[in-house]
Amino acid sequence: MSDTLTIALSKGRIFKETLPLLAHAGIEPVDDPETSRKLILDTNQDDVKLVIIRASDVPTYVEYGAADLGVAGKDVLMEHGGGGLYEPLDLRIACCKLMVAGREPWTPQTRRLRIASKYVNSARAYFAEQGQQVEIIKLYGSMELAPLVGLSDLIVDVVDTGNTLRANGLQPLDHIADISSRLVVNKASMKRKHARVQAFIDRIAEAVRQQQAA
Amino acid sequence: MKRKNRWLLPEGIEELLPEPAARLERLRREILDLYASWGYQMVIPPFVDYLDSLLTGTGHDLDLRTFKLIDQLSGRLLGLRADMTPQVARIDAHGLKREAPSRLCYIGTVLHTRPEGFSASRSPLQVGAELFGHAGAESDVEILQLMVETLALTGIEDLYIDLGHVGIYRGLARDAQLDAGQEALLFDALQRKAIPEIEEFLAGMALSTAQRERLAGLATLNGEREVLRRARDLLAGSSEGVMAALDNLEHIADLAARHLPEVTLHFDLAELRGYQYQTGVVFAAFVADRGQEIARGGRYDDIGRVFGVARPATGFSTDLRTLMELGARQWPAPAGGILAPAENDAALDERVRELRAAGETVVRQLPGQGGSIAETGCDRMLRWNGSEWTVESLGN
Repeated sequence: MSDTLTIALSKGRIFKETLPLLAHAGIEPVDDPETSRKLILDTNQDDVKLVIIRASDVPTYVEYGAADLGVAGKDVLMEHGGGGLYEPLDLRIACCKLMVAGREPWTPQTRRLRIASKYVNSARAYFAEQGQQVEIIKLYGSMELAPLVGLSDLIVDVVDTGNTLRANGLQPLDHIADISSRLVVNKASMKRKHARVQAFIDRIAEAVRQQQAA
Repeated sequence: MKRKNRWLLPEGIEELLPEPAARLERLRREILDLYASWGYQMVIPPFVDYLDSLLTGTGHDLDLRTFKLIDQLSGRLLGLRADMTPQVARIDAHGLKREAPSRLCYIGTVLHTRPEGFSASRSPLQVGAELFGHAGAESDVEILQLMVETLALTGIEDLYIDLGHVGIYRGLARDAQLDAGQEALLFDALQRKAIPEIEEFLAGMALSTAQRERLAGLATLNGEREVLRRARDLLAGSSEGVMAALDNLEHIADLAARHLPEVTLHFDLAELRGYQYQTGVVFAAFVADRGQEIARGGRYDDIGRVFGVARPATGFSTDLRTLMELGARQWPAPAGGILAPAENDAALDERVRELRAAGETVVRQLPGQGGSIAETGCDRMLRWNGSEWTVESLGN
């Protein structure tokens, strides 16, 4: 980790939408993560590596210094919690919303609601703020199924177009937060490799501004 | 728990086997000798204490991290110390009641209900030094030097010291008349340098442009020494408290650069570790290949007020187990002992006594003992040469 700059990314949308930003900073991966089995990707710069990990693992890698920088959705960061890393830049990519959704039509219940979500901390905090005591059921995927089969009353999940919800007879009910991806930075790297990390952040910020202007 | 898992230790609780234990003990002695040579007197605070005195002046964080139990004698809540600093402050304020500065040091196991960071122990061996009774930059730098020397003893080099000052944010928050809730919200965003959130928060507040720029600018005031110059430009026109804090930080930076030329200094005016009880400069040490700080300290004036005397205070602490793991110090192989046969002989007994008095390790064999000689840790043996007991090498 000493001299190289390691950037943690997750496959898929975040990777695709981060590439143009990295390109602006002069960084291009040599391999394509969709076809390569490698987990550490070399780039055109010898001292910059990309590590490809699960989206929800990005904060952990960066917080503990296994990667200097990373790109993580605000949904993942909110769920991760704590002040263990820096998140200086909104990349304005992979935008979506964290929402509460339920069956259509939704009839409010007076009993204690069961909420299925992979964002258990965010869901708990949101309903507590609403003054509602709820039961959280942790799921890892296919959240939309839970209300249909009676596992839960509502779900908390990220919603992009809302098509999956509608296809399963669900509707968005409440908006919890706007989500976009953030550049996250390890605290020690920010201090120890300050000039380099700061220059990288500045380049990426410039790329984000240009993309927004276009 | 299944019977076969009786050996299992609780999460985050470690035991040390003979070799690392010997290294740790040696380090412990060297560190305490170092502190003594600087005039720091060792104190031994109790392992268990009334909860409210343990948590004096500290935040909610430490409360959550403290193991609690109920004292059957007094009915009061007791805590197993999670941080020894407030106890040492009490010793200064109530136990010593000195006029002159007190220099105190301590070492001991503290317990945490939850680990503080990645793979962190729940039973760190906290070691630290505190200087009470002086408010100037000189005492802060003395503590900083002692922290660097402590790390050097463990073989940690190539240090980065991060310097900040809670007086700057506190003053700006006061200037902007933030209430406690707003101050906490902004503090949280600042700790993450979440610039988008900071800007959103400030946009919703009725502040002057200058106030907004100063608070938003804090998150970018980090880097090398030139940060202090940038800070002077950005913060010009702030209240006296803010400017005094900046002057103080600059003074400390000058002294630190002079006394610790080998250490890389980094400045971060939004770094507010220990914000709830720190009152002045805050600092932390970082090394390569470790994503988190390894030692920290700073000024926390007036913590002793509830114990009777409000005095300026500054200090640092660290976890000796972490330092030993990280340190590159080369340890000599442990010296081999001398094995004495299990014979009933007065001359042998006398010889064993002599050798031990001369500083040798002599291990008495037990009749019928099993295992190899190597397992006894001995590389020599006492043998009867016909006229006396002599020490002979066992060779290898």
